[in-house]
Amino acid sequence: MNVVTEQELAAFVADAKGPLAVMGGGTRGMAASGEALSVAGLNGITLYEPGALTMVAQAGTPVAQIEAALARENQRLAFEPMDHRGLIGGEGVPTIGGIFAANVSGPRRISVGAARDFLLGVRFVDGRGAIVKNGGRVMKNVTGYDLVKLMAGSFGTLGVLSEVSFKVLPCPETQASLVLHGLDDAAAVAVLSRAMGSPFEVSGAVHDPAAGQTVLRVEGFEASVAYRVAQLQALLGGGAAEMSVLDAAASDQLWGGLRDVVAFHGGEGDVWRVSCKPSDGPALAAKAGAQAHLFDWAGGLIWLRMAAGTDLRGRLGRIDGHATLVRADDATKARLGVFQPEAPGVAKLTSGLRARFDPKGLFNAGLMDAAA
Amino acid sequence: MEMPTPDPRVLALKARVVARLQGVLPQDAVIHNEHETRAYECDALTAYRCPPMVAVLPSSTREVADVLRICHEEGVPVVPRGSGTSLAGGALPTADCVILGVARMNDVIETDYDNRLIRVQTGRTNLSVTGAVEQDGFFYAPDPSSQLACAIAGNIAMNSGGAHCLKYGVTTNNLMGVTMVMMDGEIVEIGGGHLDAGGLDLLGLICGSEGQLGVVTEATLRILPKPEGARPVLMGFDDNEVAGACVSDIIKAGVLPVAIEFMDRPCIEATEAFAKAGYPMCEALLIVEVEGSDAEIDHQLSLIMEIARRHNPVELRESKSAEESGKIWLGRKSAFGAMGQINDYMCLDGTIPVSSLPMVLRRIGEMSEQFGLKVGNVFHAGDGNMHPLILFDANKPGDLELCEEFGAEILKLCVEVGGCLTGEHGVGIEKRDLMHVQYAPDDLEAQMAVKDVFDPGWLLNPAKVFPLDASQARRDIAMAAE
Repeated sequence: MNVVTEQELAAFVADAKGPLAVMGGGTRGMAASGEALSVAGLNGITLYEPGALTMVAQAGTPVAQIEAALARENQRLAFEPMDHRGLIGGEGVPTIGGIFAANVSGPRRISVGAARDFLLGVRFVDGRGAIVKNGGRVMKNVTGYDLVKLMAGSFGTLGVLSEVSFKVLPCPETQASLVLHGLDDAAAVAVLSRAMGSPFEVSGAVHDPAAGQTVLRVEGFEASVAYRVAQLQALLGGGAAEMSVLDAAASDQLWGGLRDVVAFHGGEGDVWRVSCKPSDGPALAAKAGAQAHLFDWAGGLIWLRMAAGTDLRGRLGRIDGHATLVRADDATKARLGVFQPEAPGVAKLTSGLRARFDPKGLFNAGLMDAAA
Repeated sequence: MEMPTPDPRVLALKARVVARLQGVLPQDAVIHNEHETRAYECDALTAYRCPPMVAVLPSSTREVADVLRICHEEGVPVVPRGSGTSLAGGALPTADCVILGVARMNDVIETDYDNRLIRVQTGRTNLSVTGAVEQDGFFYAPDPSSQLACAIAGNIAMNSGGAHCLKYGVTTNNLMGVTMVMMDGEIVEIGGGHLDAGGLDLLGLICGSEGQLGVVTEATLRILPKPEGARPVLMGFDDNEVAGACVSDIIKAGVLPVAIEFMDRPCIEATEAFAKAGYPMCEALLIVEVEGSDAEIDHQLSLIMEIARRHNPVELRESKSAEESGKIWLGRKSAFGAMGQINDYMCLDGTIPVSSLPMVLRRIGEMSEQFGLKVGNVFHAGDGNMHPLILFDANKPGDLELCEEFGAEILKLCVEVGGCLTGEHGVGIEKRDLMHVQYAPDDLEAQMAVKDVFDPGWLLNPAKVFPLDASQARRDIAMAAE
């Protein structure tokens, strides 16, 4: 079903009897089985106030359309949402609703926050077919419970987003990256941590063991960028690492690839995404025994390519964080579960919320559940 | 302000509840005589008072769990309390409740600079979180005006903001994990040293839930490296509208100040008389602060001042020293105190789209004439979070009611232009009955469904957030089940 108005969406859900595969553009491989329910037909930017840094858009509006409108005002989605298509071999058109439903954030998440931090308001249809709004289009809003955060990252399992309002930010004048060569994982994460603990406002911090590169991005006004790169060089110099600097164009290109995890496009194996305490990163990566791995978020996000069917969670054991299975065949996803199983106390709360928001069990049923 | 009738069944249980609480807490942590419980009769919304039945001061998560388990078993309502600085009546007791104060829980549990986090017990004050890490060059970003006194527990409950959240976000953007005790005494851990939720974002749901979903006893907070420096510029305009346009232009220009504060003439006059900060007498005053190295600050301020000049400011004063910065901030920081010197005041907290600023200020001025009550406006202009201060005389019969009526009209206006009732103070009891203005029945129903899941007996922080008529049916069922 491809609905074109919120009312139509509400009526459809109210009448629905069986499971629905809720999606925006369906580009992130995160819809469960069931009759397809796409919001791609809910399309259009409802309101854009560059001077207030806010935009309101229908959930099915293509991300490209949003980004083009922002670019005309020299603004952007600062949380740098990745495009999953290359990684999972997906097709279709990514939507703004999908970004927020999946809480998709890129490398800049460590400095500006996640998609969920930029989401100001939502309209959605719950499992009874009721239209619900929460939040609004202002930056600060503590009026009632924050269902905006609850909906962000709920992957359509609590309600179907019909409209989102969000904060945008100005594009910086320029950027540059400082690259350190030849560090091992532990040394690299230590360097990233030092940089993040400095006042020089690093907006990206990755370590790619395969390339032997540890990269720090700095953005802002030209003089400020030059100054901060120099300061970081001074701070991190003295070690064995050789350093180089990427100019704006090279830096921009590199981070585009890092954002979309281009290193893992195509090829064999399952792809996992582990969110952890940054300093735990190197030890976890060692434990995983991956075919390849890559650190983002100063070590707090590890992308891993594992032999197909490997139970990564079993290898890692108990962690301060969670592991999500991003790319695998359906059988593996079903056997291992896409999402990290929750502790019993938390699981009781989440299943209680699902029962209230989606009493008929319609929306992406089972998607976020632990494997049977 | 209507509050539910105290439950006679609960009141009759007092001796037994006290005895059971004394069984799990030290003697001095259970306060039950009427002279002493009076200390907890209100928070910073002092117009409303009601001594609780009992107050308890546990020292650990374990003790909090014991208290909640007992209250749950006995069907006694619990009002969690941080430092009692809520301006919205978020910690107002009911006569049949147990106040659960976290003031004795103020330890730093862990400081971790490698991962840029600190773990604290939630009775710790906001400023003392920064105090624990500033010698090593770090700080905790959310900075509510009450930061010297307010507790992290209350900050989490209300999702508190502050002057610098334009750049750093509010509490929810800086909270990484919690240990929370459910009403039935179960202890749950949510989040931690990692980023983002592995499943549903319960952390985001808990933050700002006004103590109605559970009692947060420990929190993992993000800490940030202190910037190299910060410096403000002061600008005066002879027109609110022009000042509003200047704010918008600064934001659009790609400079991201850490703070943009706004004061209008009544507030400037009161502040000058009180603090003598040397502010120009004009219609609107902006304080814009930027951060970074000296050279970065110079560059950003030059851009900001260039924009300001296009709006013909009557004053443009760039700070050249720490002393001058202090002076620029002095007036802003003493604004509430200055208004309090003139009269009693009620502080509102509605947020509006920045583009509506001039229109809303004009309407507030007109309403001020209509109601015959003076208003000063001082607020965070960068994010549209207004703080109209309505002056009234608490000793004059009817003045408080008139003031509340005026306040409600302002908040309705905020919603009408696309904003909200409260930007950082919370709903509490103060804005509870206005929730219908912002939310339709289905919107409230979805929020109350969350409450049903976390606290099925509706015992935690009763009579806050939701209009009493909206929650009546649920409270009746819960009470009948006791």
